[in-house]
This record gives sequence, C-alpha cells and structure tokens, in this order.
Amino acid sequence: MTTTEKAFRPWHVPASRPACCDVKRPALQAVGLGVRFSGRPVLADVSLDMHHGCITAIVGPSGCGKSTFLASLNRMLDFEEGAALTGDVRFHGESILGADLDAQSLRRRIGLIAQRPNPFPLSIRRNLAFPLREHGVRDRPEQERCIEESLRQVGLWSEVCDRLDQPALALSGGQQQRLCLARALALEPEVLLLDEPCSALDPLASGVVEDLIVDLRGRYTIVVVTHNLAQARRIADDMAVFWIEDGVGRIVETGSADELFTRPRDAVTRAYIAGARG
Amino acid sequence: MSPQRSEQLLLIPLRLAAMSAAVICFLIVALLVLESLPALNNIGWRLLSDANWRPTPAAADGAFRVTPMVVATLVITAGAVLLAAPLGLASALFCRFYASPSVAVVYRRLVELLAGIPGVIYGFWGLVVLVPLLGAWRPPGASLLAASLVLALMILPTVALISESAMRAVPQRYVRAAAALGLSRWGTIRSVILPSARRGILTAVILATGRAIGETLAVVMVVGNIVRFPSGLMEPVRALTGNIALEMGYASGDHRSALFFSGLVLTGLVMVLVLFANRLGHRGAISDA
Repeated sequence: MTTTEKAFRPWHVPASRPACCDVKRPALQAVGLGVRFSGRPVLADVSLDMHHGCITAIVGPSGCGKSTFLASLNRMLDFEEGAALTGDVRFHGESILGADLDAQSLRRRIGLIAQRPNPFPLSIRRNLAFPLREHGVRDRPEQERCIEESLRQVGLWSEVCDRLDQPALALSGGQQQRLCLARALALEPEVLLLDEPCSALDPLASGVVEDLIVDLRGRYTIVVVTHNLAQARRIADDMAVFWIEDGVGRIVETGSADELFTRPRDAVTRAYIAGARG
Repeated sequence: MSPQRSEQLLLIPLRLAAMSAAVICFLIVALLVLESLPALNNIGWRLLSDANWRPTPAAADGAFRVTPMVVATLVITAGAVLLAAPLGLASALFCRFYASPSVAVVYRRLVELLAGIPGVIYGFWGLVVLVPLLGAWRPPGASLLAASLVLALMILPTVALISESAMRAVPQRYVRAAAALGLSRWGTIRSVILPSARRGILTAVILATGRAIGETLAVVMVVGNIVRFPSGLMEPVRALTGNIALEMGYASGDHRSALFFSGLVLTGLVMVLVLFANRLGHRGAISDA
C-alpha cells in the first residue's frame, strides 16, 4: 500500500491539519544510542528517525529493550538508578541529553503513556485539571475547556461527562487508559510515546484505544511499542524491529511498515514476521 | 496429627491471647469506673463544675474539680500537635523527596533515635534548658507553652516516621506518571503524594495526639502544676495526667476516687480520639487497583 492510497482513508487526514506524515521530516532521532544499567549494556547502537506526524511502531520480543528505548526519548531514564546513555537523542535536531536541559518542559512536549493505566487516585476532573494547573493553566473556564476537549479527543466525554467528580480508579481499564491519554493530550504535546498501551486491556477496549491512536495520526508524532504484530501492521507508518544479540538489544531492521511486512530484508525480521521466532 | 487438628490446637492459645487482651482492657476501664463512683456519688457533677478545686480533702468543702485540667490537657496537646504536625510532615517530605540518599539514611536514623528517647529525658531537658529560657523572658517559665514545646519535640518523630512510611506506600507508578507529565517535584507532592497518603498522615497525627495526651512525666516537669484555667501561653497549669501522678501517693477517700475520675476522663478523651481516627480512616480510604 502506498502513502497516496492511505491518504484516502477518512481517519488518516484530520480535517484541520495536513497529513504531515506524507512529508517525512524527523521529529525525534536516536543516533547511535546505547543504554547501560550499572555498567551492563541493555541497548546498543540504536539509530532511528521518528517522523513528524507518523506512527512509528517498535516491535520485538520481550526484554529486547523496547521500553528502555522509549523511556530514553523523554528523559524518563533519569529516574532509573545507574542508567547511563551513550550516543544521542535529538528532538527537532537538538540534543535532549544535556544535563542543563529542562527535562520537565521536555516531558510536557514529549508525553509518555505507560503500559498499565496509571490515573492518579483523584477524581476524573482533577486527574486532568492539576497537570494543567501545574503547567500554568490557572484560569478555571480555560481548564474546563481543555478538559472537555481532551476527553472528547479520546472519546471519553460522553461516557464520563456526568461523573467528572467520581474517582478515576472506578473507571474500567480501557477508560482509565484513555483517561491517561487525555491527560497527556491536555498538555498539547508534540510527541506521544506509548508503551504497549493496549496490552493490559481486554480486546474490545484494546480496539477502542487502537482506533484512537490511528485518529491522532498527523496531529502528533507517535512512537508505539507493541509486541502485537497484527496491531503494528494495522496502525504503523514506520517500523523498527528490535532483537536481542548476546543479551543486548539492537535494531535489526527499520523502514516503512509496508516494506517490512511485504519485503523484509533481514532474515530475523522475516522469521519474526512469519511467526517463526519471537 | 491431622492438619485440621493441629490447626485447632493452634487456635486455642491464639484465642486465649486475644481474649486476655480484651479482658484486661475491659477490666481496666471497669476499675476506673468503679473507683470513680464514690467521688461521683459524693461530689457528683461539682467535680466538673465547681469553681473551687482543692487538692486535699482538708479543703473548705472537699471539692475536686476536673474541668480546668481537662481544658489544660487539651490546650497543651493542641499546641503540641499544631507545632509537631507541620514540622513532622516537612521532615518526612525532606527525607523522602529532597534529601540525597545518604543524607536521608542518616536523617531517618536521627529521627528514629529521637523517637526512642524516654519522656523523662525530654522533661529533664525542658526543666533545665527550656524553662529557664522561657523564665528569663516571662517568669515563671514553667508554663503551658513549655509543656507544648517539649511535647511537640517528643511527638515530632511519630508524625515524621509514620507519615514518611505512608508516603513510601504511595505506588511508584503515580510518581512516574506525574514525572512523565512533566510535573515539578512540589507539584507531584502536593497533588499526588499528599492526597494519596492522606490517610496515613492523619493516622500519624492522631497517634501523635494520643501520645501527647497521655504523656505524664515530661509534662509534670515543665508545666508548673497549678490547677487553673489556662489564661495565657505563659501561665502555669496542671494536666490531667500530672494530677494523678502528683497526688496518688497520699490521696485517700473521695480524693483518691476523684483521681480515678481524672483517669476515666483521660481514657475517655483517648477513646474519642481513636473512634475519630477510625472514622477518618474509613472515609479517607483510597483503593489502589
């Protein structure tokens, strides 16, 4: 399938903005990235361009460093004891690994959604309101507007609009995960990092979240880790296959999703896609 | 022996132990009530309301009044908790979120040490250091404020240690989620940690309050022990606990009975506190899936 064909899908082109994905501009770049935990290498020599407005899927077997890679893209590895990075991560061409970089505002622009839904033990409204407030949106009507808009974006508004003050933990797993997405979207990030966002959900809720991710294409640069190849095939524009060699995670192949699924160059990719390995 | 049989054999001592604890508690309260009865019968509500307290039966009409001491106890405790709760909380926040790991370890050990120092030592310190200091400012020095300060120091480690463990119990994924949203440390503390740990922090404050109400020796040593309504922070007063300790040695008859009544009131105060804590605990419960 070519990109032109894709453009005819109604969800592919949001009404307001052009499909940025058609013009491949890297928003995030990993350049020869390596990660060590207390001296032990877990990722080595990872180079990957994640294009503006596209969905990049990271696939590979468990333990190959997919989540670590994702966490290195918005400085979440700062919280891991003994984590050390080599190489570089660039956001719009500028390194984000410098010690003097404001990691807090970086994380506002590059949001991360965890595998397990993790709403705060607060009301639905406060889950969305307080990150807004912390980032300087103090005006109440403005907050309310942002809350409604982001909940509408994830299709949760009609389900929860009459119980915004109920605890968020009372929501179902799928609703919680969409709330977490809404919470990240409310801060108007440029990039969304999704760490197996559907793996803790039942098939129905998983489908809803997947459609949602597709919906966000073009408006956000999305990097999604998944071990569900069928899902990667359904949603991804670009793909990177991670593999473990000698206990260290590496990239074996990158490219457009169509290419990787139809004409894999690497033998490991071919076997993995065929379901023979991984 | 079959598993069921050994299980049942184990149940017997467990039941006995549990029962004896309950029975002892009941017996103590019963003793307090029984011993207070003569005073209640002979003196009645004047115990609470009569303006002329006399510590010995030689007094004009043999009246024993408890109200000023109840009020003094409550004011001393309130003062101590008002001082210790914010300081203890701040200390817990520092230790958990701001101190570097090595500093945090040393700091926590120090606070634990502070928790282990006996009340009499605090009292001693209050007597020889705090009271003269306060006395130089506003004599006599031995006062409600001195008692509140000493008690605050005593219960501060309780607040600090229990609220820190409550904060430690807040799941790490909430903290990560907040960090992933680019929230500041203080923003995370205010909006995630404190609401999630609210229940544990309240428990910490209530346990500390219980300790402050019941503390006897440290208070006796610095409070002045004059029975009267507290009219100012620098005034000497007498606490319920101190009253019993000071007079039990020579009291007899109605006087002795009145002291038991003091004890009954004190126990009642603590029980109200415990009930209050339970209610708060249930209401503030936060389920974590």
